[in-house]
Amino acid sequence: MAADTPVEYIKHHLQNLTYGKLPEGYERADGTVVEEASWTFARTAAEASDMGFMAFHVDTLGWSIVMGILFLGIFRFVASRATSGVPGGLQNAVEISVEFIQGMVRDGFHGRNQLIAPLALTMFVWILLMNSLKLIPVDYIPTIAHAMGLEYFKIVPTTDPNGTFGISIGVFLLILFYSFKVKGPGGFLKELSFTPFNHWALIPFNLVLELLVLFVKPISLALRLFGNMYAGEVVFILIALLPFWVQWTLNVPWAIFHILVILLQAFIFTTLAVVYLSAAHEDH
Amino acid sequence: MNINLTLIGQTIAFAIFVWFCVKYVWPPITGAMSARQKKIADGLSAADRASLDLELAQEKATKEMHKAKEEAAALIDQANKRAAQIVEASKADARKEGDKLIEQARAEIQQERVQARDALRAEVAAIAIAGAEKILETSVDAKAHSEMLDKLAAEL
Repeated sequence: MAADTPVEYIKHHLQNLTYGKLPEGYERADGTVVEEASWTFARTAAEASDMGFMAFHVDTLGWSIVMGILFLGIFRFVASRATSGVPGGLQNAVEISVEFIQGMVRDGFHGRNQLIAPLALTMFVWILLMNSLKLIPVDYIPTIAHAMGLEYFKIVPTTDPNGTFGISIGVFLLILFYSFKVKGPGGFLKELSFTPFNHWALIPFNLVLELLVLFVKPISLALRLFGNMYAGEVVFILIALLPFWVQWTLNVPWAIFHILVILLQAFIFTTLAVVYLSAAHEDH
Repeated sequence: MNINLTLIGQTIAFAIFVWFCVKYVWPPITGAMSARQKKIADGLSAADRASLDLELAQEKATKEMHKAKEEAAALIDQANKRAAQIVEASKADARKEGDKLIEQARAEIQQERVQARDALRAEVAAIAIAGAEKILETSVDAKAHSEMLDKLAAEL
């Protein structure tokens, strides 16, 4: 693996597998020059960052889709054989999570919308599954990927800001959609202009403040999840730098602690999204 | 840590997952759950009703049993009374019959005595006549003296 010093090792582990477009005339790491703009895998971190916006993190997308399909596969399997009689073990587990989400939505959401509860279930279970990838030892999957010829591989989608922002943008679009739908464009504008200070002279101030509040919502959602997961991942990587015979003394407590963090962050993300959407449904 | 198209890809994946969950996952599971809730509620109320029914039935059964016992007691009482009556009646009949038999026997005895006395009387009269004949050495005209003889016989 291309990691001889601790710094390189850490950097290597925090680099996503990037598939993107290199511009014409770009000089690659090995000295070759790209003759015409083309899509390719980045071989170094510098290449990945030079690809700019026109690139995909294949590992983030791949693992989050795998986790999403795992979630939907299990839940769909249970849903298709759901019985109102005595439920089996798997159905019980699924029903516990569904009931948990139903309770959360009942407490946090004050509008009437059939979409919110399944949306919250999807967010919660999906984020939980993505977070839980973190409990796989940091070198297992990257080593396998390396053997298959992939230079970089970062399996936890929620330690990639693209992953967390992707979800929070979805939530943000729903907030905007329901704000317009429930309050009407006029009502939404009025809410932005006349809160918190109900006076015409303070409309500009209110607008700046409320727009800031509005845009901070998805950013805080995404950054909270990303920050927690990223920090935890860095600690795991640091522990992995220690001699193998002492790693378990730090690794095990940190992993046990992270079972809590994984659950908590999924829960916080979902709860806040539900609360934000509830606020979007409130018509004054 | 570059922001790139992954962002949009992730949003699209999220939207598809939510759509799938809303359409194919959520309704059957919550449907089964609420159906079970209803079943349990129905079962509980049925159990309540059944226990109420049981109580009523027990009450009714106790009442019926009491009634039956009372009826049986009344029947036994009546039967006893009737038996006593029958015994009394048959006793009275028997006594009456016995009295009748005794009366009849007495009447027969009386009759026989009368007959015997009459026969004796006739014989004595005949013997007396014979004796008187012997004494008088003449025949007594039975016809002529029949009145006297009858008188004598009546005196005997």
